[in-house]
Amino acid sequence: MPAAGALVQPGFGTIFLRSILPLCAVLAFALFMQGVAKPWLAPFHAKVVIDIGIAIIAAVSLNLVNGLTGQFSMGHAGFMAVGGYFGAAITYYGSFRLFGDASFRGGWVSWALATEHFTGGAIASGDFLFLAACIVGGLAAAALGYVVALPSLRLRGDYLAIVTLGFGEIIRVLLTQTNDVLATAEEVRNTPLWRLPLHLGGALGFSSAVGIPSYASHFWVALWVGVVILVSIRLKRSSSGRALLAIREDEIAAEAMGVNTTGYKVRAFVISAFFAGVAGCLFAHVIGTTLNPKELGFQKSFDIIIMVVLGGMGSVSGAVIAAIILTVLPEVLRDFNSYRMIIYALALILMMILRPKGLFGVNEVWEIAPVRRLLRRLGLGGPRPPKKSIGSGARRERGAP
Amino acid sequence: MIDLLQTLLNAIAVGSFYALVALGYTMVYGILKFINFAHSDIVMLGAWTAFVVARAAGLAGEEPGWFAGPLILVTAMVACGALGFTIERLAYRPLRSAPRLNVLITAIGVSLLLQNIGQLPWVFGTQPQKMPNLLPPIPDLSIGPVPVPLVDVIGFGTAVVLMLLLERLVFHSKLGRAMRACAHDPKVAALMGIPVDRVISFTFVLGSALAAAGGVLFALKYSGLKQPADASWVLLGLKAFVAAVIGGIGNVRGAMLGGFLIAFIEIFGAKYLSPNLRDVYVFALLIIVLLVRPGGLLGRATVEKV
Repeated sequence: MPAAGALVQPGFGTIFLRSILPLCAVLAFALFMQGVAKPWLAPFHAKVVIDIGIAIIAAVSLNLVNGLTGQFSMGHAGFMAVGGYFGAAITYYGSFRLFGDASFRGGWVSWALATEHFTGGAIASGDFLFLAACIVGGLAAAALGYVVALPSLRLRGDYLAIVTLGFGEIIRVLLTQTNDVLATAEEVRNTPLWRLPLHLGGALGFSSAVGIPSYASHFWVALWVGVVILVSIRLKRSSSGRALLAIREDEIAAEAMGVNTTGYKVRAFVISAFFAGVAGCLFAHVIGTTLNPKELGFQKSFDIIIMVVLGGMGSVSGAVIAAIILTVLPEVLRDFNSYRMIIYALALILMMILRPKGLFGVNEVWEIAPVRRLLRRLGLGGPRPPKKSIGSGARRERGAP
Repeated sequence: MIDLLQTLLNAIAVGSFYALVALGYTMVYGILKFINFAHSDIVMLGAWTAFVVARAAGLAGEEPGWFAGPLILVTAMVACGALGFTIERLAYRPLRSAPRLNVLITAIGVSLLLQNIGQLPWVFGTQPQKMPNLLPPIPDLSIGPVPVPLVDVIGFGTAVVLMLLLERLVFHSKLGRAMRACAHDPKVAALMGIPVDRVISFTFVLGSALAAAGGVLFALKYSGLKQPADASWVLLGLKAFVAAVIGGIGNVRGAMLGGFLIAFIEIFGAKYLSPNLRDVYVFALLIIVLLVRPGGLLGRATVEKV
């Protein structure tokens, strides 16, 4: 056994396994959700699970910017809107172009209706269209994220908040200016391809007689949840993640240490925007959704921010847990709906006064002391010496009194 | 020509309440260096308080007298000033030495709290209401062929009076000097014997009262009173904040200038370009100003030092 602290270069096999195993786990998780969890759940609960998944993707992706990098973005719903509308346009108009109509053509992995018996193939052509829609929607949001990031990341914290909020609003306003959705195959065929993104439904929302085909099944949602968590945790543990945390703790010091602050901030922003776009795309394809610009305004951004802040700024698992709780709670507390936001707001204020770092701070659930003790007792934690958490020191403020 | 003049008058009227709201943002930012996100909700509460008081006083629908308007305006201002004091005392003061991000999040929390308390059925409810007319019985004026709505004249007049009072207070009184000292450097101000906490409280009271005045004027001009959690209130606050940034945040005169500038861009853009994109112009202007002149028009660019 090598001396403690010595660097050991792992072999090719180890590296290969390390990179491929988590992906396999994510795939298995997604298949489990689709094949086992969904048939077992009641339809209403199945829908709540989908909502939770989308909330997790949104919260974990926002956590990359607001939590890890400490840049307060308030335009996350804007990126979701871009991804959602792009994705919806691709599946809706793409279905018309490819298949002649916009009905659902997914295989088993996309089958979202729990109540009906499904007799189709495992993977159908519609699945690939939907995957493409998710990726393109995400890329569109990421491209916009790049455009937003370039000017605004020169700005300090609270200005950035306002500019991102403004960008989100601009997106929302522009979306309300689009034309009606084309409803028939002829109309779609007769419209040139580049003009199709101008037909997104305007203020009434993306709705037509046919509707957006509902591909957002448990499989896809769980798959993207797995991917975003994987990417976040890997990023957090990498040297880039440490650079992001350094920027969050003290930007000037990070710069002095040779961290390319602007570059890292832009990268974090772009990755975050990508997954926000994916979340929006999934959101657009949930059964019964009418994409509405109003729904993706800054209120939605606030909802996601609350999740990130309550879960702990920088904690991936904290964001996941907060997303789960804050999605389930309103369903449970339907009778108290008018008091729900009051409770959230009070929780936000009290959290900032009493526990400013959020529930878990920058730590993950398995890194906080009681859980680690429990894990070790179960023989899972290993005899690792307690790691000193990053960012536990007092954060200094520049310029402030 | 008539069109142009009318648009100009409209812009001045709108600018006067943007300026009033922007003043609150800029004064708080000047001292505490954070965006008081709850400010837009103070505006909302000001307008709604005026509505409730007007209804309780039996002014809805009737011909109001000379004193109804000013009385209700002052009531709303006092109520919101007290509210601003309470918010600062309970939510912001415990965070005086916390990182700025935490204060910002708290402000968002306060904003959500005020909105949703306003939405409660036994507070203001979730229905939009119609603001009763509170203007004194004077016939509408006109400049040549251009009619000048009374509400615009009164709105502008009130705003100018309030701004002159504020100007006098900030630049020609002992308290104003204390405020400027705190904005310059709170630590040194405290060493000089200035009661910083009290000055900050006063700043909040002042800003909130001006915001309430802005809200009442807004409600008089656009008499459809939106529900408390409606996005339009936050947007109004945001635009006022943009005005404060454009004028140079922390700068009292800059906020007034920025308020009118924003209104001009918005109203003229809505009139001559496209009415649907009025919010886009404002935020586009903000981004341009921040890129070209990050300190704002009247502000000084600051260099961050270690």
